[in-house]
Order: sequence, then structure tokens, then C-alpha cells
Amino acid sequence: MNNSILPTGGGAAKAQAAGAHAAQVAVLGADGPEGPDRTTRRRKAAVDGVHKESLIRKILAYGFIGLAAVVFATPLVYAFFSALKPNDQIFSMPPKLIGTEIRWSNFLAVFEHGPFVRYILNSFFVAIAGTLIVLAVSSLAGYAFSRLRWKGRELVFILFLGTMMIPQEVLVVPMFIVMQWFGWVDTYQSLIFPFAFGAFGTFLIRQFMRGIPFELEEAARVDGAGPMRTFWRIILPLSSSALAVVAVFTFLGFWNSYLWPLITIIDFSTYGTLPVGLSTFSGQNGTRWDLQMAASIISMIPTTILVIALQKHLVKGISMSGLGGR
Amino acid sequence: MTQTEIRRSRSALSRVESRQALGFVSPALLGLAIFTAVPVVLSIVMSLYNWPAFGERSFNGFGNYVNLFTKNPDFWPALRNSAVFTILYVPANIAVSLGLALALSSRIKGRAAFRVLFFIPVVTPVVANALVWKMLLQPKGLINGVSVSVFGVELPNFLADPTWAMIMIVVMSVWQGMGYNMLIFSAALEQLPDSVMEAARIDGAKGWRMLARIKIPLISPSIFFAVIMTMISAMQVFAQPQLLTGGGPGNSTLPLVMFIYQQGFKFQDLGLAAAGAWILFVIIILITAVQFGAQKKLVHYEH
Repeated sequence: MNNSILPTGGGAAKAQAAGAHAAQVAVLGADGPEGPDRTTRRRKAAVDGVHKESLIRKILAYGFIGLAAVVFATPLVYAFFSALKPNDQIFSMPPKLIGTEIRWSNFLAVFEHGPFVRYILNSFFVAIAGTLIVLAVSSLAGYAFSRLRWKGRELVFILFLGTMMIPQEVLVVPMFIVMQWFGWVDTYQSLIFPFAFGAFGTFLIRQFMRGIPFELEEAARVDGAGPMRTFWRIILPLSSSALAVVAVFTFLGFWNSYLWPLITIIDFSTYGTLPVGLSTFSGQNGTRWDLQMAASIISMIPTTILVIALQKHLVKGISMSGLGGR
Repeated sequence: MTQTEIRRSRSALSRVESRQALGFVSPALLGLAIFTAVPVVLSIVMSLYNWPAFGERSFNGFGNYVNLFTKNPDFWPALRNSAVFTILYVPANIAVSLGLALALSSRIKGRAAFRVLFFIPVVTPVVANALVWKMLLQPKGLINGVSVSVFGVELPNFLADPTWAMIMIVVMSVWQGMGYNMLIFSAALEQLPDSVMEAARIDGAKGWRMLARIKIPLISPSIFFAVIMTMISAMQVFAQPQLLTGGGPGNSTLPLVMFIYQQGFKFQDLGLAAAGAWILFVIIILITAVQFGAQKKLVHYEH
């Protein structure tokens, strides 16, 4: 629920299911990183063409989807239009989509309300730094788990997978004490590091790297390239789509994380991220719903762009982590 | 180079390779040790101590656990609320996401766009989502507003009524979380083997029969994992009740994670919070174990 999509931040659930699922995960190499999507679809289209769907079923499907789309879009659309209203017209009976005036200025006023710019910058900084760390750590480990041979590899890997079973919610209480030991309460480090070492990224990248043909690496090795060089020059570039998937999920995890910043950050106005910042629009003098809606819409923009731009990667990521079925 | 030669040279290199491998995994291992292993051990210790945020700590044995189950006024309600939420949320989520995935699996125009639309709430910050719904659910918000002005029916004050508050947290959570399962099911439906579908059609399977006898059994592994995952995430619910109701009215929408958060960081009793977290963990492990037991009976695997 706390964004079940996420490997870090709120995402123990997904990681967990993926971990539990590890046994059944079809090795990616089987149908390669590109997948058979296109040919399958074409074939399916041909088959479907033969069996024309009845008109009634099509109308039903469109009706159902159309209705669902309206229901799903309404909260976001209404929130957007509410963000353009004067505050005293947010709750009007009967409800109106557009108030007496359209206040684009609300979207500017947000930035003058407390340290909102700071929240945005903090969120970007923490999410990007966290994502880079996750990418570095998990691609290195994924390489060792998939391409190098060493004693105890399988055992250590199982240990890794086991840690995915532990949800973030279970760890936050002791993690706060660890932060106290490090003197990290109320710092950027505490927002970035604690959940940047989850096994999820390593797991996903390892699954992907296992599918890369061994000959590619062997040739480089024979030519005298060490593992670091092979990793950097050959394996890593070939794994870019797995890295993209991990990057998207990780970024979303950090961007949306709520419970942990709430715990480890006391001085919101300095270290607050967007999710904790959003609630600052309601205070003792009531709630500035207009600004709160404008701020909420703003906070949704980066993740929405990410999803629209990378929709293929997301679907791929879901099937890659073994959650896509058999 | 022949296979044997490669193998021989490999074994000569194996010690070197082991050392190199250690270099590659050490950042991950170190991070996992510091930020997972240490907290896990620490939380066991903490759960056995009186561990106030400030001040003296003292050993307490199983006192915190006893306190939770016998004295604490909020723990049982929190367990109950988490259970109620899970029981309502999981079937609703699966039904809606599976329904949409099935509807979108026939050749619908613009289905990629629909999928993105249904997926957007999954990735937008849960805080923003919850605040939007909080606005909609106000007595003069959109939902009651439409009901009154169109149907002339005054709806209850959703977030102030114990039953309605829980229902609305479930509704909001389905809206927000359903898209993820929908994508899982869509991916599974797209990979249905054509040969089987074709054979079923030739045998005259259509409509509901096709759905109940062919499609659903074929994607049952995906459904199974979606159910596990959704149940586990339901046990972790926090942001929605925190922002929509603050756990209220009373403690009627206070789930387990929020209980842990409040004990630890509002009432400063970190030992009790750690004990609560362990109980949460045990519940999650149990859910997983029970479902893996049930899996053998319910799920169709092709191999």
C-alpha cells in the first residue's frame, strides 16, 4: 500500500513477493532482454481477426473501461481544477469544476508558502543520490552474483534474498536508533543511505546479467581484460535496460517515501522532502486547500512524466522481476 | 580454445576471481550488514527493553509483549483494523484490477493509454493522493456535493464515521494501488499461449466458460502472487489512514504500522514499538507461509 511498487522506501512488499518468487522466476535469458512481445502480438492479432468478437462484448468492454477511466481520472482532474480556485470556493454546493476565476497564481503562491522550493530540491537530491547509490551497489553485486565464480556465492545470494522478506516498516524503529548512533538524525545521509542497500536491485540486475551470453565476456577476458574492465565495458552497457528499470523503481521509492522521513527528520523546513512538506499546508489557521492541491499536483508531475516516458520499462520491469507470471 | 582448456584456466584463476568477487559484493554486503542485519538484531534487543526515546533503558524481558496483548488499549484494535482493512482491500483490489486487465486484453483502441491512466495513482506520491481524497470526502466535497445536488441524498460525513472512514480508506487505497496488479495481470494475459487459446475456441469455449476454465487458471500463478503481495502491502498500510483520518475517529482506523509509529515516535516508547514491529513481521511471515501452503492446491503451473 505504501506504494507497493517500490523496492526501497515503501516497497518491501514487492521486494518480498519477488524474493518469495525467486524460485519460480523464469531466467531472463530464456527469451532474452528484448522479449517476444512483438511477434506474439502479431500472431495473436491474426488469430483474433479470424474470430471476430461480438459487437455486444466490445461495447460492454468499452463501457466498462470508459466508466472506470472516468472514475479513476476524476480525483486527479478535480484536484487540478480545485488548485485553480480561490480557497473559499473549493467546497461549494453544488460542486463546480471552475470557480469564479481561474487562479493560475495558486501554482506560484505554493512556492512562496514556506520552504516549498526546498522540499522539491530536497526530494530531487535525495531521490537522485539514492538512485545512483542503488545503481552502483546493485550492479556491482549483481555482476559478482551472476558472472563471477566464487565459493559460497549461492549461499550469500540466498541470504540476500532473505533480507527482502523484511519490510521497511519493521526496520524503522531500530533504524532510528542506528541513526542516533551515527549522529545522522536530521541529515541528508539519513534520508539517503538506510534504504539504499536493499537486495531488490541486486536481485533484478543479477537475473538480467545471467542472460547475457557468456562468450561476449569470455572474449574480453581472453584478451586480458580484468573483471572490472569487462564489467564496465561489456556487461554494464548490455544491462542498460535492467538498470533503467531499477532506476525508475528506486527513484519512485525515494520520491514517494513518507514514513521514514517523518521519523528521521525533525527539522522539516531544512530537510523535509515533498511528501512531508505537503502536509504543511494545513495548520492552526485551517487548511489552504487551494495551495495544498496545487502542491499535490506539482508533486505528481515528475513521477507521472517518468511513467509516461518509461511505460515500456515499467511493464518489462514487472515481468522481469518475475511478477509477470510464469 | 576448447571447453576443457577454458575450464582449466578458470580453475587456476578461481582464487583470484574469488578475491575480485569479494570486491564487487562488499559494498552491498556492508550496506546490508549496517542497515539490515544490525537493525534486525537491535530491534530484537529493543523489544525486550524499556527503551524510552530519552532517558534510562532497562531490561524488561517479555514485558513489552505482555503489555501489548494485555494492557495496551490500542493494540488489539490496531490488529483488528489491519485485519479488516486487509480483508476488504485485497479482494476489492484483485477484483478491480483483474476485471480491468481482462477488459483491456481484448483489442481495445488506446489500451496503452488506459493502462497508463490506471497506473498513474500507483506512482504519484501517496501523500498527494490521500490529500486529494481528503478533499473529495469532506462533507462539502465533490462526492457528497454531487450526491446532494444530483440525487438529493445527503451522504454521511465519511471521515467522521468509524465504519465509513474505514470503507473510504479502502476505496482510496484501491484507487491508488490497483494499477500495479492490473499491469501484472495484463502482462500475464498477453503471454497466454495461443495454441491453448485456439484449442479452447475450437472446442467451443466462449465468454464465461473461456474466462473461468481457461484464462483464470492459466494466469493463476500471477493472481496468486498478486494476492500475497497485496496482502502483505495491506498489512503495511500507513500513509492513507495517517493522512485521511489520523487513525480516528477514536482508534477505529488505526492500523498496525500507525500503532507502531505512534508508540515509538509520539509516545516515545521505542521498546514497545519494536515489539509491535516484530508482531507485524511474524504476521507477514505467516501470511506468506499459509499462502505457499495453499498454493499447491489452488494454482495451476504448467511445468
